[in-house]
Amino acid sequence: MIEGTSIHLALGGKPILRGVSVHLHPGELVAVCGPNGAGKSTLLGALAGEHASCADAVRYDGRTVKSLTAQELSQRRVVLEQTPTLSAEFTLMELVELGVPIGIAPDHMAALTAPVLSTLGLGALADRYVSELSGGQRHKAHLARVLTQLHGNRQLGHDCHLFLDEPTASLDIGQQAKVLMATQDLARDGVGIFVVLHDLNLAAAYADRVILMREGQVMYSDAPAAVLTEARLSEAYDTPIMVEVASSGQTIIQPRL
Amino acid sequence: MGKLVAVYIGLIALLAVAMFCALTIGPVSMTFAELWDAFTGQGTLASETILMDIRAPRMLLGIMVGGSLAISGACMQGLLRNPLADPGLIGITAGASLAVVFVIVLGATWIPLLPNALQAAVIPVAAFLGGMAVTFLVLGTARIGGQFSVARLILVGVAITAISGSMIGVLILMSNDQQLRELTFWTMGSLARSNWNTVTISCVIMVLSSLLLLRYRRELDIMQLGERAAFHAGVDVPRIKFQICALVAIAVGAGVSAAGPIGFVGLVAPHMTRLFIRASHLVVLPVSALVGANILLFADLFVRNAIPPSEIPIGIATSLLGGPFFLWLLLRNRRL
Repeated sequence: MIEGTSIHLALGGKPILRGVSVHLHPGELVAVCGPNGAGKSTLLGALAGEHASCADAVRYDGRTVKSLTAQELSQRRVVLEQTPTLSAEFTLMELVELGVPIGIAPDHMAALTAPVLSTLGLGALADRYVSELSGGQRHKAHLARVLTQLHGNRQLGHDCHLFLDEPTASLDIGQQAKVLMATQDLARDGVGIFVVLHDLNLAAAYADRVILMREGQVMYSDAPAAVLTEARLSEAYDTPIMVEVASSGQTIIQPRL
Repeated sequence: MGKLVAVYIGLIALLAVAMFCALTIGPVSMTFAELWDAFTGQGTLASETILMDIRAPRMLLGIMVGGSLAISGACMQGLLRNPLADPGLIGITAGASLAVVFVIVLGATWIPLLPNALQAAVIPVAAFLGGMAVTFLVLGTARIGGQFSVARLILVGVAITAISGSMIGVLILMSNDQQLRELTFWTMGSLARSNWNTVTISCVIMVLSSLLLLRYRRELDIMQLGERAAFHAGVDVPRIKFQICALVAIAVGAGVSAAGPIGFVGLVAPHMTRLFIRASHLVVLPVSALVGANILLFADLFVRNAIPPSEIPIGIATSLLGGPFFLWLLLRNRRL
């Protein structure tokens, strides 16, 4: 379990997080939503252990981030950044293999990476250079690297959480659904998942819980149906927002025109 | 895989040719038979002396300096994710040279007072400390918001090289005739001073630091994701940076202490490697070392035989090769 207790964080003298308290249980898919500049990605970074100034406020199974080495942290959580980069000319497979944790035997690497590539539909692209892939394929390649790290950690017996920052931003609607369904499957398999999402419809469809943030604070944290209401969203985004439930039971959220 | 094997075989074959030429071509040319006789102790005294006391240590030093500069360059480029991060270009070599010149000119009075064993260590230690100081000065000043700016890195390197150059100029003005002759060597680089004592010490240091640098291949690959993602993947980024920079400073310092400053090899060799192969550091580091060793041996052959009996400083030859390559690199990659 991950717990952040009263996280305060200022960057460049400007307060970004103001006393945020959050938790993430194994098997739970939590979507973090809110307007631009609310502090969603910063919160994800703080929980991932990126900021020394709040390393005492975040605990993994009772141990503070400050007491964990980079290696120990990497066994407890994996992170996909909003805009992952790659400076070298690697093939997709070489990129994905960067996610293989230390401790996995070389002859087990293929057994680890093959299911991930297959789930994300990247198997046929394994030998292509990452620079030759489309933006969406590149993003999925980085997701495959991160999921390889996750599965490797679990094979080695570590309880590992998954942090995703806007994982669907560069994907088409079909790929968005596939990625979030794969994410949901992981949660059902016991992985705690923290995902920053701008698309409230996706949050409504896939999350177990939604954290709604604004100006560095958590406004609401509850089940999607309780948080994603017209009144709360309109308040958070300073814009009239309409929430409808279709006959299929699916929630549709859009600005009121 | 087949291409990689071909690259290895090609570079090793080329290095064998370069080694053979380095041992046989010079003011006194040797045939293969004479080389073999001298090597097995059945040649003339003159040929044995030329081979074993002059050309063999020089050849070995060339291979080691070229190889370790190339590995250092590849590591710096990988660590900083910056294709222009060459130990020479960002001022490490200049810092090492300045420290050596400083010790030669201002240490004339106190170095002779040291025990003999320590006297031999003063210049290598000075080269290492000079290189190390500049490394951390550059890394400290080129960092903005946790990331290294390419432009700042190069500009800080240019500034440090300029400052070192002017300080070396002042020290040259303060030096006597004997020191002046010595300083020419330390400011332009040469393999001409090779003897088994200096070669053995510096080569051991260069081999060890290069082998240790090879161990960071996985971390260097992960660093290509950026510092944040590398941290997420379990890399202790500040520690890795310190360790790699320290090893590069040691390798470059050992090279400078034996052969003076030799520029551009650390920049050119990894780029030439990446022209042939696009791969991880597991491959790039050793192949760059082979390319660097080849560059330096062929450059040394050129400077020894271009205008005999004079010898052009090898630093001039590598700059003649590396300068245009650097310009081509800048023109080719508009993002730099």
